[in-house]
Amino acid sequence: MSACAKSHEFSSDDPFVLAGVELSSRLILGTGGAPSMQVVDEALAASRAAMCTVAMRRVDPRTSGNILDVLDRRGVRVLPNTAGCRTAREAVRTAQLAREALGTDWIKLEVVADDQTLLPDPVELLDAAAELVAAGFQVLPYTNDDPVLARRLQQAGCVAVMPLGSPIGTGLGIANPHNIELIVGEAAVPVILDAGIGTASDAALAMELGCAAVLLASSVTRAQNPAAMAAAMAHAVDAGRLARGAGRIPKRFHAQASSPIEGMAVL
Amino acid sequence: MTITFNGAACVIEDGTTLETLLQSMSTTARGFAAAIDGEVVPRPTWQMVVLREGQAVEVLTAVQGG
Repeated sequence: MSACAKSHEFSSDDPFVLAGVELSSRLILGTGGAPSMQVVDEALAASRAAMCTVAMRRVDPRTSGNILDVLDRRGVRVLPNTAGCRTAREAVRTAQLAREALGTDWIKLEVVADDQTLLPDPVELLDAAAELVAAGFQVLPYTNDDPVLARRLQQAGCVAVMPLGSPIGTGLGIANPHNIELIVGEAAVPVILDAGIGTASDAALAMELGCAAVLLASSVTRAQNPAAMAAAMAHAVDAGRLARGAGRIPKRFHAQASSPIEGMAVL
Repeated sequence: MTITFNGAACVIEDGTTLETLLQSMSTTARGFAAAIDGEVVPRPTWQMVVLREGQAVEVLTAVQGG
């Protein structure tokens, strides 16, 4: 069997299970930021994502096309979020409306502190998580890259933790890889890198650090060619996962020759 | 009487139910949820909920995001 075939074997034998549900892809796509439904559709196809996030907003009769139709057509699971919420109370109500509207008890919980940073408010986030878990939701919290907060969210009953790499929409990548490793190191639930991804190498790094999946939106939907970037992200997630499983060489301070020293000619 | 619908004042006839209001706004397809004064109103009860003066109705749906 070739090394290549073994690689595929590793990939297919390694299902991604979230809240008891097996998903066929470790790339979760946010649909925000795309200029049209057609761009979302093309990016979805290229990404092979099995789940997409949507936001809950007031009905606007002027809007044509429904994001749910696009997701349905592609057979993609919908993950509603609580984007824009500032308090636990707002987030819980938005989650309840999302469950009512979409018939899913999965919720990407976002409770942000301010518009400038869009960083999660840890106090409101934890309060909302506990309340939603008690109400029967499968809670996937967007959280700071804080190992202690990640631990507390797991203790509250969240089915995953989703630390940011860097603030939403910045494309700055993973600012603190050490913290992501610490979170992965003690997590009993899947860790999903959420926010800050700028390009494919960021997504690969997230997987190399041991994340179970990557959630990204702007890096694809706002790329010059969204479908091409979506394909790149799909490859990056696969490559990063394979590299993590393969076991990288330890980093060394000094060089180590890969060609043999013995047998050198005297010239 | 006047209620608030998604943040805007809206004049409706007395006795209007939530179901009637939403039908008139073509929002009874799937993927919608309604709240009155911040409390979620489960869909099966829409036809039984009679709106009252001054209530705030919010109707949400899924949009691109996240």
